[in-house]
Amino acid sequence: MPLKNHIKKVLVIGSGPIVIGQAAEFDYAGTQACKSLREERISVVLVNSNPATIMTDTTMADRVYIEPLEVEAIEKIIAKERPDGLLPTLGGQTGLNLTVKLHEAGILDKYGVELLGTPLTAIKNAEDRELFKNFILSIGEPVPESEIVRDLESAREFARKVGLPLVVRPAYTLGGTGGGFVESWDELDEVVSIGLNASMVGEVLLEKSVKGWKEIEYEVMRDSSGTCITVCNMENFDPMGVHTGDSIVIAPSQTLTNKEYQLLRTASLKIIDGLKIEGGCNIQFALDPNSTKYYVIEVNPRVSRSSALASKATGYPIARISAKIALGLLLEEIKNPVTGETVAAFEPALDYVVVKIPCWPFDKFPVKDRRLGTQMQATGEVMALGRTFEEALLKAIRSLEHRREGLIRPEISLLSDKDIGERLKRGDDERLFLIAEALRRGWEVDSIYELTHIDRFFLYKIKNIVDFERRIKESDGCLLPLAKKIGMSDAYIAECRGENIGKVSKERIEKGIFPVYKMVDTCAAEFSAITPYYYSTYETEDEVLDKDNKEKVCVIGSGPIRIGQGIEFDYCTVHAVFAIKEKGYTSIIINNNPETVSTDFDTADKLYFEPLRAEDVVNVLRRENPKGVIVQLGGQTAINLAKRIKDAGFEILGSSVDSIDIAEDRNRFDALLERLNIPRPKGHTALILDEALAIADEIGFPLLVRPSYVLGGRAMEILYNKEEFISFVKYVLGISPDYPILIDQYVVGKEAEIDAICDGEEVFIPGIMEHIERAGIHSGDSTAVYPPFSLSPDVQRTMLEYAYKIAKALNVRGFINIQFAIDKQDKVYIIEANPRASRTIPFMSKATGIPLVHIATRIMLGEKLSDCGLKEGILRDPPYYSVKVPVFSFGKLKGVDPIMGPEMKSTGEVMGIDPVFEMALLKGLISAGIKIGKNYGVILSLNERFREETLNSIVRLKSCGYSFYSTSGTYEWLKSEGIESSRISSLEEVENLFRSRKIDLVVNTPNKGKDSNRFGFKLRRMTVEWQIPMITAIDLLDAISRAVRVYPEGIEYGVCSINDYHKLLPPIEDRIINPWR
Amino acid sequence: MGFLLLEDGTLLEGISFGAEGESIGEVVFNTSMVGYPESITDPSYSGQILVFTYPLIGNYGIQLEDRESEVPLLRGIVVREYCEIPSHWGIDYDIDSFLKEFGIVGLSGIDTRALTRKLRIFGTLRGVISSGEFSQERKEELMDKILNWHIEDFDFVKSSCVKDPVYLGEGGERIVLIDCGVKQGIVRSLLSLGFQVVVVPAWYTKDDVLSFDPDGVLISNGPGDPKRLTYVVETVKGLIEEEIPLFGICLGHQIIGLALGSTTYKLKFGHRGANQPVKNLITGKVYITSQNHSYVVDPKGLPEDIKVSFINLNDKTVEGLKSTKRPIMSVQFHPEASPGPLDTKFLFEEFAKECMRKTYAT
Repeated sequence: MPLKNHIKKVLVIGSGPIVIGQAAEFDYAGTQACKSLREERISVVLVNSNPATIMTDTTMADRVYIEPLEVEAIEKIIAKERPDGLLPTLGGQTGLNLTVKLHEAGILDKYGVELLGTPLTAIKNAEDRELFKNFILSIGEPVPESEIVRDLESAREFARKVGLPLVVRPAYTLGGTGGGFVESWDELDEVVSIGLNASMVGEVLLEKSVKGWKEIEYEVMRDSSGTCITVCNMENFDPMGVHTGDSIVIAPSQTLTNKEYQLLRTASLKIIDGLKIEGGCNIQFALDPNSTKYYVIEVNPRVSRSSALASKATGYPIARISAKIALGLLLEEIKNPVTGETVAAFEPALDYVVVKIPCWPFDKFPVKDRRLGTQMQATGEVMALGRTFEEALLKAIRSLEHRREGLIRPEISLLSDKDIGERLKRGDDERLFLIAEALRRGWEVDSIYELTHIDRFFLYKIKNIVDFERRIKESDGCLLPLAKKIGMSDAYIAECRGENIGKVSKERIEKGIFPVYKMVDTCAAEFSAITPYYYSTYETEDEVLDKDNKEKVCVIGSGPIRIGQGIEFDYCTVHAVFAIKEKGYTSIIINNNPETVSTDFDTADKLYFEPLRAEDVVNVLRRENPKGVIVQLGGQTAINLAKRIKDAGFEILGSSVDSIDIAEDRNRFDALLERLNIPRPKGHTALILDEALAIADEIGFPLLVRPSYVLGGRAMEILYNKEEFISFVKYVLGISPDYPILIDQYVVGKEAEIDAICDGEEVFIPGIMEHIERAGIHSGDSTAVYPPFSLSPDVQRTMLEYAYKIAKALNVRGFINIQFAIDKQDKVYIIEANPRASRTIPFMSKATGIPLVHIATRIMLGEKLSDCGLKEGILRDPPYYSVKVPVFSFGKLKGVDPIMGPEMKSTGEVMGIDPVFEMALLKGLISAGIKIGKNYGVILSLNERFREETLNSIVRLKSCGYSFYSTSGTYEWLKSEGIESSRISSLEEVENLFRSRKIDLVVNTPNKGKDSNRFGFKLRRMTVEWQIPMITAIDLLDAISRAVRVYPEGIEYGVCSINDYHKLLPPIEDRIINPWR
Repeated sequence: MGFLLLEDGTLLEGISFGAEGESIGEVVFNTSMVGYPESITDPSYSGQILVFTYPLIGNYGIQLEDRESEVPLLRGIVVREYCEIPSHWGIDYDIDSFLKEFGIVGLSGIDTRALTRKLRIFGTLRGVISSGEFSQERKEELMDKILNWHIEDFDFVKSSCVKDPVYLGEGGERIVLIDCGVKQGIVRSLLSLGFQVVVVPAWYTKDDVLSFDPDGVLISNGPGDPKRLTYVVETVKGLIEEEIPLFGICLGHQIIGLALGSTTYKLKFGHRGANQPVKNLITGKVYITSQNHSYVVDPKGLPEDIKVSFINLNDKTVEGLKSTKRPIMSVQFHPEASPGPLDTKFLFEEFAKECMRKTYAT
């Protein structure tokens, strides 16, 4: 079938900010789709609110809109661009939900936009619980007994009928928000109530529990002619009851017989054919571990996290093929780009095992309850390939970047048998290590199975590793080749032997034990493949090929998405690769995150899917022998490897290892700043309380205090008086007594940051970002504005001067990010400097229209700024504002206190752009889910310290017609200030206000401590669970109140493509001014 | 210890499992990720040493009901790793003890991907699989053995098939199944449609077959070179003249091709796996199929009414024949799957319709 010839221009909707349940996989899918569509000469219009994505680059799509993902904005874009078609299935649940709304609002019909690929009826049949159930039953497939309820009473009635336990799933949400597994009547009430609210349509599905059954997924494709294929099946290590996003997943299935495999495959094809899907689809099954009985659990009629995983696991590019199918091409007409020989109508055959392990944010959020359940909590994931399960599992564990590389966790070895048993039964994020410890203690596999319902196959595999630990301990070293074959790293072997890692590595190298690299080719070597996508294993034949004699440059990726190290670094990695290729080198990527663009097989010339640990990375480098290695783009993960890479004899491109060390070593950096005469907040370290008190006396309050080593527990606090200080220092000394406490002056004032590129001689600064929140809120959680909206010219000049001096003194080649604090007297302090790409690079690239990574990479390769068409100086301010707003996933993390502070907690970001600062801010906030001006109600609960400062904001909001609800102390204070408000005396009242949709915003400035019994904590949790916008830092309230006042008639915004914004900028030579000469 | 020695002199040493012993055969690879019990017991592998490209074999043990024949007829299996402690509720054997019981040598710890790449590049190779330790002194003797062994010299069909008619099922139409080494999956597929099935030896003549008064005849899959099965080809020629509905699967398809006047040739390394895409040239639909064959039908020389009904989308070779006038159909792939996808199961129903039409006509 030919292409749909009338389709010339297609709108692609992205998935918005990274949140738990919707991460980098949709940037990967969207980017692939853009490439795929443009290959067919389709003009692509892309909309996404997330600036950190590769898909929002003007090189990826013809027109890029960074605008709020809501119907109003999309309609304006459609009106402006008049696309012929819309691809709804690549932007995750966000894209899908938005498409449904656009359709229901009649907008697609109005502008004659054709829905491409999967039809809307299929989306509804898969997404709407009742339609789904009826559809599945109508094609003769089984679903668990279930009922849709719209109120609590019906839920109780159903539960009485079928009995507990039940699974609760709200309809139309992200990543299973608000769902849960309930075993008691109390839990039923709680989870159903939350679920009803989380659902966009106020519906919750109650389902008979199949907890403990095997969870199996199939990724299937269908084209318009009805040809259906399976790309991959996957088996969850964790049985039903744990969200697949939180499960360890293995591809292909390991414990299914052919009969079972085909039973579920046939059911999958029946479902996708019945739904008439045109593109990819994910189907989840529960399979009885004791018979061939199964249920269809879920169908996702779109690309998903699982499809990204399946694509990386097999080499079959699902999103890319889906885009072509949407244009009308048939599977048999599309070439398999991996082999270049076969067609897309085939099913990949794997000759390796793939293991995915999720990455949870529990290190950032020390909560007591780390249980895994039907609510996804992972922020990211790692994937590893091996020729045995043990090897793939151990490589995946290493990729998690824990302090230890194997299955041994000293904390867990200290637990009692009883604790281990209880935790195994409960099932938390550390269960792999708990299982290993139980096996080490001689527990029977069967008894662990009874507790966990994890298939005995996997338990025996873990036992193989644990048994091997003992063999190594007892042997004299001859087991080294076998240990490598089983997948153990040198560090793990050293740990088992009680030796130094260097000794093991030396022995291994002397014995010539190195891995070989095998290719991922979709066909188990049946055909020759052209895609250089490799993984390591310890076998006989190596398949690495060099097509030519070009010099090679290797980029170290950033590993899994986690809080503090997100998709921004993947953006940087990918752009570096583009620049490297352009400069005529062979580009190599090493990374282990299956969700990302960087690990797409056609991003780099060569892809190594490997753990980002020194041993694994150095092995690849040894095999490839590149001219140099780039470490400054992969976040802290890559920077941390710099020294080991250099020590192994490879060249670090860009800033030297010593520069990195100066910036990271507190003493060396202090000395540097002193030499340069640049102020920094005063700070010292203390080991005991008396020392700490002496330091406090010297510096004076407020103080920023943090332990130098944390293992769970509070990490960093701002303390305003001696009483708070003593209590926190005692607490820190209690949890990590042998480590020094860092005590710093806390500069009360503004915060700002600069990203700069330096070629060793000249410094180029794209701009200064001013934070709305004061110093003390982590920069990653701050609302950043470019250009600055309130910093005086003098302050800006000082910042530029400091940045220039530091960049030169550190001899930076490539990126440096510098954070500043500015006190009330406009004195500028340096908080920190990092000679690497920061998370604001993609934001600044989009705001300025300058491909910063491209330039920095060329400089790392040896060019000068002048070679890149730039010169020393800073860019003039553009005629528009760009605002970066952080996005949080608190709703998904039960028990976490949603409060901002010096520790980063956001998972993603959005960008608002507008010629008017206030509107840029409001657009950013809308994209982040903070929509003001709907209900005109604000709940205020302020602690005394911040009340004074908030007054003006409250007055402004009042003048715009807002009414207030306040807790007792705040109420009295407001009254004394002559501001009327309704008093709130209980959480029930708050909930009623939420329910009756009277509230736009909750403002809560917390009291000290994070005691979860406090009213404030409960209020904050209730607010995030009801998905009501909340502000815990008062500067943002100030900015919002000012912005709202600029638009008294309501917030109406226009849309404009990034391409058009960039057209407003003068030629580059006229944009740079030099403040230093 | 254990080893595999190939005709090009390549020696692969590993760890043996299953039975002790030594055997010679054609080394072929299969890319299915599940279904090793079915493959191990597939009679079409007679005379062959089977390499599994999927590295973990034996994970779910072996259930006797998954067998495609009573006993495995292949010469040995080669894997990266076999599972010592399988996990499944229906296990009758673990793979090691199953192979031991039936005298099949297994070899593990082999870089099966490297071996597969060799077979892909050089084509199918002959080899010796052994559970013993390799010694250099024996190399010459073993190489001699390998080089003097030719799969074409053997009639594996006669040793694979039933020796006397076997009657299965009750009522309905009667199908005579000419057993060239039939997979039980085919028998089960026929029985599930309500047929009476008479399984007869491959050497039965046309008259032998007709003596059962069949409503249709199925010529089964089986091992080896179709060209040496002149006796089956003769039988089929006779049956074609009788206008009895015919259905050929795999080797049976090749035999029908030969009986219709075409020829067959050997592929470099064959199609073995559960992911082979075929296209129905009549309807345009694409299916994923299970395949296991070295030989293919050359479409040249076929009578005018015989159309190529299916082709392989990877290499465009013939995957099926169908007459526009006569009740003849055949497919190179395995509609009964086992192991593999069930996408083309409907072909049995098509055959059933043909057979019923005949019933009603008379």
